[in-house]
Amino acid sequence: MSYSVPRLPEERDGDFSPQGRDGSSGWPLWEVFIRQRRGMSHIHAGSLHAPDGEMALQSARDVYTRRGEGVSLWVVRSSDITASDADEADSLFEPTADKPYRDATFYQVPTEVEWL
Amino acid sequence: MTDRHRGEARFEALLAAEEKVEPPDWMPDGYRKTLIRQIAQHAHSEVIGMQPEANWISRAPTLKRKAILMAKVQDEAGHGLYLYSAAETLGITRDEMMRLLHEGKHKYSSIFNYPTLSWADIGCIGWLVDGAAITNQVMLTRCSYGPYARGMVRICKEESFHQRQGFEIMATLSRGTPAQRQMAQDGLDRWWWPSLMMFGPHDSASTHSRQSMEWKIKRVSNDDLRQQFVDMTVPQAEYLGLAIPDPDLRWNAERGHYDFGEIDWDEFWAVVKGNGPMNRERIAHKRAAWEDGAWVREAAAAYAARRRDAVA
Repeated sequence: MSYSVPRLPEERDGDFSPQGRDGSSGWPLWEVFIRQRRGMSHIHAGSLHAPDGEMALQSARDVYTRRGEGVSLWVVRSSDITASDADEADSLFEPTADKPYRDATFYQVPTEVEWL
Repeated sequence: MTDRHRGEARFEALLAAEEKVEPPDWMPDGYRKTLIRQIAQHAHSEVIGMQPEANWISRAPTLKRKAILMAKVQDEAGHGLYLYSAAETLGITRDEMMRLLHEGKHKYSSIFNYPTLSWADIGCIGWLVDGAAITNQVMLTRCSYGPYARGMVRICKEESFHQRQGFEIMATLSRGTPAQRQMAQDGLDRWWWPSLMMFGPHDSASTHSRQSMEWKIKRVSNDDLRQQFVDMTVPQAEYLGLAIPDPDLRWNAERGHYDFGEIDWDEFWAVVKGNGPMNRERIAHKRAAWEDGAWVREAAAAYAARRRDAVA
């Protein structure tokens, strides 16, 4: 369902104080990963709050796999993830752009040659 | 260039390139606040929306309908959770959103401030209310904020079952006894106008729409979405043999769209301001559920603590 609620003339944005993401009744945040089928990797599906890993798994099952979305679940404390810095994305990933020779399409193969 | 300038330039470049903005990216304060407000309201709508439907679980006409309705209400809870998670990536906490909802500082869709008086109303919620919601949500899958757009993709996939089951209820009633047929017509009479109101004020009166369109949060205007919904739904009502309660409704061959009458904007604003038939009851029920559930949250936390201690 969805829903734009029009803004009343006197309405202001609700004041809020950012407290980090571990803020739901003190329950930490968990990231949920689902393996869709055997033979595939676990892929990030979303997140949820839970007091511990076991309850996070139970909630993940209810929230993210109501329609046979997977055969295996991982839950990982969000605070345990170390992420690359978005501001450094250019310097981290730029070097691949000037090394086209790492890609098979860089090389010329005579059309009459097979199995290459 | 300062960090702020660099961030701003990058934000504008992402929008221009139709790329998604992600949580760690710099974003203007207004963009962040608009998204928090919109995503939280969307989440609250899913959660409050469980009430009018749950009202009929114990009285569903068959076991099949009861199982379907329970699955649907469970989906709404799930949709609320996806959306709360998306809002949290912007720096607001779950508890804070709950507090703002319970204190009436955050709103939810006015459509859920109407009562479900008959079984046909459950059909109308699926067919019309979810139909209107899908129209809006398909647009939101193209929203510029990544976590919101991803949530919408998942929700749209699940939501199409909701609309179909609603239409099926209406089709079954329409083919039933004269009394069942009348029940279906009464439902349509009650839900048609509130469903059109879901798209919000006219574009000319919607002051924040323009900014949301520039930020690519919103991709289609309120009036265009409403027209899209009317054009899709009128032939469906004709198929059901039900009359849409609007004397001004007619096909306009020149425009290639249906013309339709004016919404009662006084009613619209009255419900938004808290004076709809069910506003007080919905929030009172939500607060009671939160307070009654406190022991469950405490027990879960105590259980987790005891297990931690046992391991240590």
